[in-house]
Amino acid sequence: MIRIEPRETPSRWWTFGIPVASALLALMLAAIPLAAAGANIFEAYGQMFKGIFGSTFAFTEMLTRATPLIFTGLAATLAFRAKLWNIGAEGQLYLGAMAAVAVGTGLIDAPGFILIPLILVTGAMAGAAGMAGPAYLKTRFGADEVVTTLLLNFIILIFLQMMLEGPLKDPMSLGWPQSSPIVDAAVLPQLIPRMRLHWGLIIALVAAVIAQIMLSKSVWGFKLRAVGENAAAALHAGIGVKRTLMSAAIVSGAVAGLAGVSEVAGLRGYLTTDLSPGYGYTGIVVAMLAGLSPIGVVISAIFIASVFVGADTMSRAMGVSSYLADLVVAMSLICVLVGGFVARFRIIRTNKGES
Amino acid sequence: MSNSLVLSLNNLSKRFGTVVANDTVSIELHRGEVLSLLGENGAGKTTLMNMLFGHYVPDSGTIEVADAKGVMQPLTLGHPQAALNAGIGMVHQHFTLAENLTALDNILLGSESLFSWRHNRKAARKKVSEIIERTGLAAPLDEKVGNLSVGERQRVEILKALFHDARILVLDEPTAVLTPQEADTLFENIGAMTKDGLSVIFISHKLREVLAFSHRIVVLRHGKKVGEIATADADERVIARMMVGADTPTTPRDTQTPGAPVLELDNITVKGKNMRTSLRAANLVVRAHEVVGIAGVSGNGQSALAQLVSGLISPDAGEMQVDGQQILKFTPPAMLKAGIGRIPEDRHHDGVIGAMSVAENLIIERLQDPAIRKRGFLQQKYIQENAKQLCKDYDVRGPGIDADARLLSGGNIQKLILARVFECTPRLILANQPTRGLDLGAANEVARRLLEARIRGAGILLISEDLDEVLALSDRIMVIHDGHLVEANTDDRETIGLMMAGEQV
Repeated sequence: MIRIEPRETPSRWWTFGIPVASALLALMLAAIPLAAAGANIFEAYGQMFKGIFGSTFAFTEMLTRATPLIFTGLAATLAFRAKLWNIGAEGQLYLGAMAAVAVGTGLIDAPGFILIPLILVTGAMAGAAGMAGPAYLKTRFGADEVVTTLLLNFIILIFLQMMLEGPLKDPMSLGWPQSSPIVDAAVLPQLIPRMRLHWGLIIALVAAVIAQIMLSKSVWGFKLRAVGENAAAALHAGIGVKRTLMSAAIVSGAVAGLAGVSEVAGLRGYLTTDLSPGYGYTGIVVAMLAGLSPIGVVISAIFIASVFVGADTMSRAMGVSSYLADLVVAMSLICVLVGGFVARFRIIRTNKGES
Repeated sequence: MSNSLVLSLNNLSKRFGTVVANDTVSIELHRGEVLSLLGENGAGKTTLMNMLFGHYVPDSGTIEVADAKGVMQPLTLGHPQAALNAGIGMVHQHFTLAENLTALDNILLGSESLFSWRHNRKAARKKVSEIIERTGLAAPLDEKVGNLSVGERQRVEILKALFHDARILVLDEPTAVLTPQEADTLFENIGAMTKDGLSVIFISHKLREVLAFSHRIVVLRHGKKVGEIATADADERVIARMMVGADTPTTPRDTQTPGAPVLELDNITVKGKNMRTSLRAANLVVRAHEVVGIAGVSGNGQSALAQLVSGLISPDAGEMQVDGQQILKFTPPAMLKAGIGRIPEDRHHDGVIGAMSVAENLIIERLQDPAIRKRGFLQQKYIQENAKQLCKDYDVRGPGIDADARLLSGGNIQKLILARVFECTPRLILANQPTRGLDLGAANEVARRLLEARIRGAGILLISEDLDEVLALSDRIMVIHDGHLVEANTDDRETIGLMMAGEQV
């Protein structure tokens, strides 16, 4: 018989060890379907490694892919720490991108040091607005934010299609539903010449550091954690629970909006409906893998981006499906969740019928 | 009372990590006997009962139970079903009844196979009626449990155990939720049941009850059996000494002249969803240097009163004044600002945030304090020093000030809350069930601190379901029943008991 008891003190070691062990275990488990597909697993993983670290280009591509995941991972982290389940980062990302395009495609003629902060701020505000609505419905009427934010994603995507067929449509696009290009002054500069890696990464890293400091050192972060861990006690202690939830929602939405700005102004240069291959949803995985730690988000975003970019290379070289990347990501998440359980509980085997 | 043995716990030991919860405890129970199991919190009573019921497997030792013929049989350890089959029943402090089913269905619950074609209610009703006739455990069988009083629910719980042919019944603090009169009825019922051959293990903190109605008393301390005494040879001081290992210091009280009113409730009405959460035109005055005790059976409006004074709900009518200032906004920060310190009833749920550190929990009510925050950031150095000082002054023991508050024991969590409340030198202290579930040492400490604040000039509003505590600490006693507050004007236990039951005295 197996018995499960909570541990008195979950070891600190588990906090760091579990995500790392889970990631490694997921990679090992992924070798099974890889072998089944007839590939030499060592060669396959070698190709994968080469696809990430093999060249400056490969490495910067991986970081380019990690950039939006850091933003959306932070968005999920900040909301989840307050037990506010923001599943709408995908929609908020597109709202941010739309705002960036609205302002940054020639509406305002200004130099870069004005225009870039401007599109960042408007994008963040648009994302914040996208999360403020569901949070208001939650605090005012008790509407479940999981449902409202999730469904809002689809509404925003359809709204985006409408805008790209209408007001935001590029007249020079030959009928394609895409926006006008971002003006040169508003484009986020490249970090390394001839590489796609852009300033969005620096902004994401700064955001992660600020989030880490705010969560652990500021009164706002204190309130956020208090509300998330025990709302009843926080309320009793005089913390404005609803106000704290609203502020968490606004910050979370704003960070998700920045992901959209960064993608559209740093990488693509124009907006289409396939700007994000589900970065908003992957951000949730990034946050969970990071144990809801902002600095951890940077590491887990890089891991997940590595898996995706590496798997692309591997599939090209080996002829196996790049869906393997999704498999690794999904399995590492499962491993982390199981690992988190093991960290909190002790599993004890008891002998049946001992007496 | 026959002398035949029905249950024998032999040298049971159980350790959790380095903590010895039970150390070679041996207890014998005879047919028709009421055995009281006494001990402070953490003395090992719960662990012992959990081993009896198969929830824990002992590290060593055996349990033997008499079968229907009276022959002692070893009990399979670690199997709750084995304990049930051996005729051991338990009535928990918190009832495990389904409110939307009738009393009879609750009694039947679990006795039928999930796939049985239909209820055999008729035979069941006959059996239950017979039990009621023998024991006097009257309960309306066709009423939904949600409509029953607490006393009736408890009787349903006991009937359920007896219906499942329990020969040994464990009662875990059965009187905590009852009026003195209901408790007396319960004791009468138990008397009838033991005559019928049932054996009872009675877990309680109330020495008076233990002395009044058990045959034998076993005292546990630090996991060991430290005393076993026939009730006839015991008195309160002897037992208390066994429990704490020394004479209990009676809380010293001096007379204080009440000062100006610090809390006034003027015709406050709260229309709650049910009796638990309503107040009806309540009037109350608490003065400086005064402890006002609110006696009452749980669920008569205490929680509405506590929530009102905590700032969690607003009154529908009436006024409230603190220090002569009328309260206009009923929010927790407004109450804190007015000088009300609040010790919440459910300290784990409302008092602390388990996943945050001891140091953080100590400052959670002071986030606006300039010593705590500068430009929106926490002053870590101050917070650390504050925590070190308070943990020392209030004797909060645990794994350290940076450890999660959930790792503290109940008594230390309460000390943490006391430290937080008393450090702000409140004008009024709302103490809601301040010693419930605490061991004697911690409870005395809480009482001492409250009386200390009274000397300092605070007014104290004490809400407690433990009449002994109310009697021991209060300068004035008010009784709450069905949302009405009535001045008791007496410290006579019987009179207050009648008032708690809603009778006009």
